[in-house]
Amino acid sequence: MAAPTKRMIRYTLLRALQMIPTVLLVTVAVFVLIIIIPGDPVLSMLGYYADDVTAVPHEIYDRMFRELRLDRPIPVQYLYWLGDALQGDFGKSVVFRVPVIDVVLSRVPATLYLGTASLLIAIAVSVPFGVWAAVKNDTWVDHLASGFVLFGIAVPGFWFGMIVILVFAIYLGWLPSIGYVPPQEDFLRFLKHLILPATVLGLDVAANILRFQRTDFLDQLHQDYVRTARAKGLPGQLVIWKHVLKNSLIATVTVVGLNTARLLGGSTIIETLFSYPGLSRLLIEAIYARDFPVIQAVVLWMVVLVVIVNFFVDLIYAYLNPRIRYATA
Amino acid sequence: MNANPMDVASGAEPTAAPAWRQETLTQRVAGFFLRDRRAMVGMILLVVMLFAAFVGPRLVPYEPDQPNVRNRFAAPSWSHWMGTDRSGRDLLSRVLAGASVSFRVAIGAALLALLIGAPLGAVTSYIGGLVDDVTQRCMDAIIAFPARLLAIVLVVLMGPSVVSLWFAIAFSSIPRYARIVRGSVLDQKEREYVEAAHAIGEGRLAILFLYILPNVLPPLAVQVTLDFASAVTVEASLSFLGLGLVPPTISWGGLLNDAQQWLEEAPWLAIFPGAALALTVLSFVLIGDAIRDHLDPRTRRRGGTR
Repeated sequence: MAAPTKRMIRYTLLRALQMIPTVLLVTVAVFVLIIIIPGDPVLSMLGYYADDVTAVPHEIYDRMFRELRLDRPIPVQYLYWLGDALQGDFGKSVVFRVPVIDVVLSRVPATLYLGTASLLIAIAVSVPFGVWAAVKNDTWVDHLASGFVLFGIAVPGFWFGMIVILVFAIYLGWLPSIGYVPPQEDFLRFLKHLILPATVLGLDVAANILRFQRTDFLDQLHQDYVRTARAKGLPGQLVIWKHVLKNSLIATVTVVGLNTARLLGGSTIIETLFSYPGLSRLLIEAIYARDFPVIQAVVLWMVVLVVIVNFFVDLIYAYLNPRIRYATA
Repeated sequence: MNANPMDVASGAEPTAAPAWRQETLTQRVAGFFLRDRRAMVGMILLVVMLFAAFVGPRLVPYEPDQPNVRNRFAAPSWSHWMGTDRSGRDLLSRVLAGASVSFRVAIGAALLALLIGAPLGAVTSYIGGLVDDVTQRCMDAIIAFPARLLAIVLVVLMGPSVVSLWFAIAFSSIPRYARIVRGSVLDQKEREYVEAAHAIGEGRLAILFLYILPNVLPPLAVQVTLDFASAVTVEASLSFLGLGLVPPTISWGGLLNDAQQWLEEAPWLAIFPGAALALTVLSFVLIGDAIRDHLDPRTRRRGGTR
């Protein structure tokens, strides 16, 4: 037991070190954002379109100029910005007139609820469906699964979302079409507001998981160990649920991890369509309002989240598949 | 692919080569589309959509921007197959106009990603060393961005136009092309035929582009097809958010954005542009998946075409 644990720790450290250059490059990209937007950076940070310096009182302009340290060379500006960002200081929101970090944190719970609910729906739909379709290869179940995958990939989430609103909110009147209620305020209404957006986002991800999983299950079913297990006289159901599912967990974890990015990207559309006040909606609002400090913070948060999720996916992957640990150790 | 000796024996041309060798590339591609049900359905759909995009606008009796205040929110009928919008404009004409925009953006974006990503992956992996490492880290950083988020940020920076949409959508796919090519180059670099090419005095670039790259063409073709599909979707979502193409340019995403306010009064405004969008994406996905399964020996072994 000692040796594998040591290898695992070594792999974890190695993989954590690899994250650093990626995260640093991402911070550079996010910092550069403010430099490459056309126009005067001070005016942009204050939310103005035009290059008309007279639009802003002198003292405010000068204070912002000093706050952004525009008198220093760009690499120095970056280091200061990075230092502040690491302490959670992204400056002040142009629109809300409060620290960016407060605006961002106020939107985190809503996004976490939506993300978790969608992911749960996605896994609850795709894993059993995937196993069932693979076992009943080339029957109506399998064709239904293939059809579901095609549907999920071809039909854009925002259109599906509109159809769902049309049917369940407008025609049937079962669920509210837009908005959000915090769970501590009224849990039932919170759930009602969550169901439609989480289902739309979840089914989109489910189709993507199923797409990869189906092939993997089929692959596993044709492996020697399955034949051996069957030959030993193990019941078919046990072989499938215990052995095959465990072995294809590697592929499932990877696909779920990869879909985190998809979930975040997709949520920009879904949160906007359902007027759901999460981080993605905040990003779109900030873009409309040219609230650049908020844009920087949200983009950075999303990307760092993806990097961290990928890190854990790799760890789980290495834990489940010893060959990877041995290869790097 | 049916290298059956019987074919050669009974064939009209009693030549030494087996029958499959005589099939030209065109014949093989045509045969693939005829044999594979998915590929055929996808191709038919795609041809219909392309026809609608580039010939369709000339066949409809209305201009897409021609308002008719007396006929606002008309439901689908014989004179307006898809109904009319809030200014009485004919939705069918508008959906057809949106189709050509969609294709122009998607094709441009996918090809741009290919033209940047593939040579980048080839050259850096062939050089190796520090250049390769640095490029790899940059690719990691790009991949860390959710594709749609990156497209949103880039299009905001560059402003809404067809060309900036090309770059914004292509950017996040560049690493995928670079990786496909890189994997293949690293794999092929040590093969004997490359050594042989060296021995006969071929230059490094010639070996890379004339000998190694042709091996990567099939997986690249799959990637381009699937990228068309995602580019169509991303363009529509950007325009839906109001960040992509803005009026007077007509795009499916923009039409859907408009439709959002009138869902209850005029659901057809949402249904038809979305259906056009879904069918276009579906055509590319069907073709891309069919080619991928055809190339992947694992799925082909199991009866392949499903």
